[in-house]
Amino acid sequence: MKIPEVAIIRYNAGNIRSVMIALERLGVNSVLTDDPEELMAAKRIIFPGVGEAGTAMKSLQQKGLDRLIPTLTQPFLGTCVGMQLLCRYSEESDTSCLGIFDIDVRRFVSSAGEKIPQTGWNQISNYRTSLCDGLKDGAFVYYNHGYYAPLSPYTVAETDYIHPYSAILQKDNFHACQFHSEISGPVGEQIFKNFLKL
Amino acid sequence: MLTKRIIPCLDIKDGRTVKGTNFVNLKDAGDPVELARIYAAEGADELVFLDITATVENRKTLLHLVDRVAHAINIPFTVGGGISSVADVSGLLQAGADKISVNSSAVKNPELVSELSQEFGSQCIVVAIDTRFVDGEHRVHTHGGRKATSLETVAWARQVNALGAGEILLTSMDADGTKNGFALEITSVISRIVSIPVIASGGAGTVEHFLDVFTEGHADAALAASIFHFKEISIPELKNYLLEKNLPVRF
Repeated sequence: MKIPEVAIIRYNAGNIRSVMIALERLGVNSVLTDDPEELMAAKRIIFPGVGEAGTAMKSLQQKGLDRLIPTLTQPFLGTCVGMQLLCRYSEESDTSCLGIFDIDVRRFVSSAGEKIPQTGWNQISNYRTSLCDGLKDGAFVYYNHGYYAPLSPYTVAETDYIHPYSAILQKDNFHACQFHSEISGPVGEQIFKNFLKL
Repeated sequence: MLTKRIIPCLDIKDGRTVKGTNFVNLKDAGDPVELARIYAAEGADELVFLDITATVENRKTLLHLVDRVAHAINIPFTVGGGISSVADVSGLLQAGADKISVNSSAVKNPELVSELSQEFGSQCIVVAIDTRFVDGEHRVHTHGGRKATSLETVAWARQVNALGAGEILLTSMDADGTKNGFALEITSVISRIVSIPVIASGGAGTVEHFLDVFTEGHADAALAASIFHFKEISIPELKNYLLEKNLPVRF
């Protein structure tokens, strides 16, 4: 078996083609796989996610990936719903998640007519992670989400929509971004480059 | 702060840009990939491709084109035109589109909207609504605005929101092509009754028109084609103007 530079976890995560293309633009070939051996051997892991948390968790359970993921030790990057699944619980479909980050994912509640889901470009700030190396404070990234991880001891970058919340979480080798780095212009590209250096 | 989005739209036929453009430094002004690259570099917040290809054979050309564009740009990329099934959407997402837009097929079969949003997530399903003011009423039109339907526009917007659409792309056929400004009233009414973002389209002629549609029209994003293609307004110039007027935009 060839050891993959980046393995993308295969489950019913919706559209992950953009993630693979973004890596291709950086000259990195990724493999999409749900094979435990290949995932354990990969140098880095990306855990994508688009769609709904309950269905996504069921898919991980069917494949046994819910037990494998917490045991992985290489640099790991969750994105969007992938980030939310790394938390303890999500209000979306009342879902028990993987529990790597000991926090609960909440639904946005509009306070002054804000649209939900948040769709579009917003700023990240207050960086405490090497994923943001080379970015100026207030860099713009693309968001598309109706649920959020509150601020917590794992928060290493923040965004404000309705209220401040976690843009990036980190614990040990587990990193997770709520936004879509793969389509966040030069900023997203820098974050991927930083991840590939971990 | 969440910013207001500026979205250039390209009409595509048989894999080429139609309606013409005025980009002088292009090797090939009809190549959508070159244009996509330029708009992304200039700070477009998203790109929309509207395919007006008629034949099945040329849909394959479209998929190939979507793949090339997805490799060339790193911003969200929406493809619309002729989409009527889960298989159509699957093919486009596999080729590298981030979102798809449906119009006539959703009017014909509203269940398609819920089917697609369940299958792919509502965040990637844009419902395009073409509206025209007829006999004292805003009416939904299909087939590029040529065919009137019995649907009242505000009711239809509310319905697609409930069916699971992620965004609404609202084009005023009355304003489209006039360069007299966006249709502020209908845009504002719809933007305030739905819970999802509204992209305003049709009528852009000046930078002030964009300011109006974001303030008075309550739009979350604005889409335009020819004023960008013919360089009447450049995206950096437009964003600078909006920033001066204290509107949140991405740089």
